[in-house]
Amino acid sequence: MGKPVVATTSLAGCFGCHMSLLDIDERILELIDLVEFNKSPINDIKKFTKKCDIGLIEGGCCNSENVHVLKDFREQCKILISVGECAIMGGLPAMRNGIPIKECLEEAYINGPTVLNNTEKIIPNDPEIPIMLNKVYPCHEIVKMDYHLPGCPPRADLIWEALVALITGNEMKLPYEVVKFD
Amino acid sequence: MNQIVNITIDGIECMAQKGQYIVDAAKDNGIYIPTLCNYPGVKPRGSCRICTVKVNGRLMTACTTPVSENMEIINEDPELADLRKAIIELFFIEGNHFCPACEKSGNCELQALAYRYKIMVPRFPYAFPQRELDASNPKLVKDQNRCILCKRCIRGIHDEKGRTIFAYRRRGTHVEIGVDPKIGKDLSDDLAQKSMDICPVGALLVREKGFDVPIGERKYDKQSIGSDIEEKR
Repeated sequence: MGKPVVATTSLAGCFGCHMSLLDIDERILELIDLVEFNKSPINDIKKFTKKCDIGLIEGGCCNSENVHVLKDFREQCKILISVGECAIMGGLPAMRNGIPIKECLEEAYINGPTVLNNTEKIIPNDPEIPIMLNKVYPCHEIVKMDYHLPGCPPRADLIWEALVALITGNEMKLPYEVVKFD
Repeated sequence: MNQIVNITIDGIECMAQKGQYIVDAAKDNGIYIPTLCNYPGVKPRGSCRICTVKVNGRLMTACTTPVSENMEIINEDPELADLRKAIIELFFIEGNHFCPACEKSGNCELQALAYRYKIMVPRFPYAFPQRELDASNPKLVKDQNRCILCKRCIRGIHDEKGRTIFAYRRRGTHVEIGVDPKIGKDLSDDLAQKSMDICPVGALLVREKGFDVPIGERKYDKQSIGSDIEEKR
């Protein structure tokens, strides 16, 4: 049996969770011995080339493309993990959830103080651009998520422990200091 | 003279003063019963239900139930743990609790309880209600998004004449805490800080202040809520 295959993606996130994954420091060498990476911004593989065992999802779903990618991950990965507050509850992008989407777009493209030269008052609507959702959705409200790792970002030790526990089949260590929501 | 009664908590024999509330009796015996709407020195209300224990087999709130002779109290069992977890999760989904952007993060009792019960994700869908931020007071910001309506500020904060500064307004699912515009206008710095401290979450904040303790040194960064009580055992 080959090494477990891991894929990662950032939906409506800031890549902070991916940075936290890199914060495992020299253990990244051990990780490469343990797993093989497929579609991920880390190795810049853009499309799935095979079925994966573990999918790490950063960020929630704020537009149609996020939903598409997330559903693709669900199809391709045996286990999906919500990594970070945004994937778990929408995070900071979800702060717009109490404001109607029309107001958000008008503030961004028409009425905002940094808007210049939009005299025709155009809100980008090219069919190539993913459509914004009415609100930002946590990943588990779109597809089934198997595990959740909270934190903003989740501590590197938490991501490491979770991956190692999954791969080796051992119970995960959860010291008090590693489970934080910020 | 105070009368002593004998009780057991999770099978541990404890002594308590007659008339003492279970939560305080447990604390004196080095046993932590989680609380949220309860605050030392403020009359208990029993509204958040997080302190629910089994008293002789019945579910009771430990903050409002006085001890009596031979009471058998269960504080830790799987059913109570799940009940408490569900209550904490409900608080998280019912409001807008964006921990990464909150000034109280690390010092928040709701968050600390979630840490203690190792809550990774709530079992209920997020409500994302539309709530207002009231910044009309010169000393305090009232963020309705984070308020859990525990009434600690209403019950525990009074001015020098004994008047309350906070009150419930509106009804049903729209109920929120209002700051009295007249008395609140002359709020002292001391009372503003006291209001922020009595708030278990980040709903009451002193203006022009925040994030002054670095991550890693805040109240619940290294020590779980209640560990100070359990240390005394």
